[in-house]
Amino acid sequence: MMGLAFEDTEVGASYDLGSYHFTREKILEFARRFDPQPFHVSDAEAERGPFGRLAASGWHTGAGWMKCYVATNQRAERKLKAAGKPVHPVGPSPGFVNLKWAKPVFAGDTVNYRVTVTGKRALASRPTWGMVFTFCDGTNQKGEPVFSFEGRALTPRRQ
Amino acid sequence: MLHYEDFKEGQTFDLGNYYVSADEIVAYAREFDPQPFHLNEETGRKSVLGGLAASGWHSCAILMRMMADAYLNRAAGMGSSGLDEVKWLKPVLAGETLRGTMEVLSRRVSAKRPDIGIIKCRWRLRNEQGEEKLDQLGVNFIRVRAL
Repeated sequence: MMGLAFEDTEVGASYDLGSYHFTREKILEFARRFDPQPFHVSDAEAERGPFGRLAASGWHTGAGWMKCYVATNQRAERKLKAAGKPVHPVGPSPGFVNLKWAKPVFAGDTVNYRVTVTGKRALASRPTWGMVFTFCDGTNQKGEPVFSFEGRALTPRRQ
Repeated sequence: MLHYEDFKEGQTFDLGNYYVSADEIVAYAREFDPQPFHLNEETGRKSVLGGLAASGWHSCAILMRMMADAYLNRAAGMGSSGLDEVKWLKPVLAGETLRGTMEVLSRRVSAKRPDIGIIKCRWRLRNEQGEEKLDQLGVNFIRVRAL
């Protein structure tokens, strides 16, 4: 990630990915497309539902993390390129574990996202890639953790 | 309306089919995951994904939509606290039709909230050739039927 090769990815490094603002309109638009449960698409149903008012789909909270992660990676890659340094774009991910929607994200909330490198492992089966393990999380404007998961991503070896 | 009691261990649900168009893949990627292999056919083909491939988060959102249409929108759903595991086994490619299934692995009533049942499930998406694309393990909260 951040345009760095597997060898240059440091365990313990933590990156602020910036934030995503959840407007009522964005929450409704996402939920109508992908998660039309009554408490995500109607204010009246939301009041009676588990969260008490309109809350974002958990997959919208996840998509917000990805949006901030990709934007931060691409900025870092442009910076490396401008400095004449090699760029190693992060590869695909085989999935993640322990995703937690710790608190609802309400209309008007801003979530600040982060990624922290927790480990890395060379892959015998893929000599040109390594696997990087991460802890990824999001915190709302009150400082409350709302979202987290443990990710992994194929990362190119130094060329 | 389906309640906790209607979901039994070992029960399976067909979540129906979902056609994934190139336009939908690109629209999602532009908004949330603008990596080149999710935006462009040619770049996708040359990448390790082997074609214009949906963002992994998009495939999870598609599964969510299939869950809502198949059972959650006629259930007393109360959300979810999260997932144990999501496996993106193979890329979801433009033009594929996905079939979803769900299996109830176990169930229990919440100790803290006796009005809420916790259903542990495994959801899967496969393409028409039966190749597994997405394998997800997690919980749905469903209200217990009022006595």
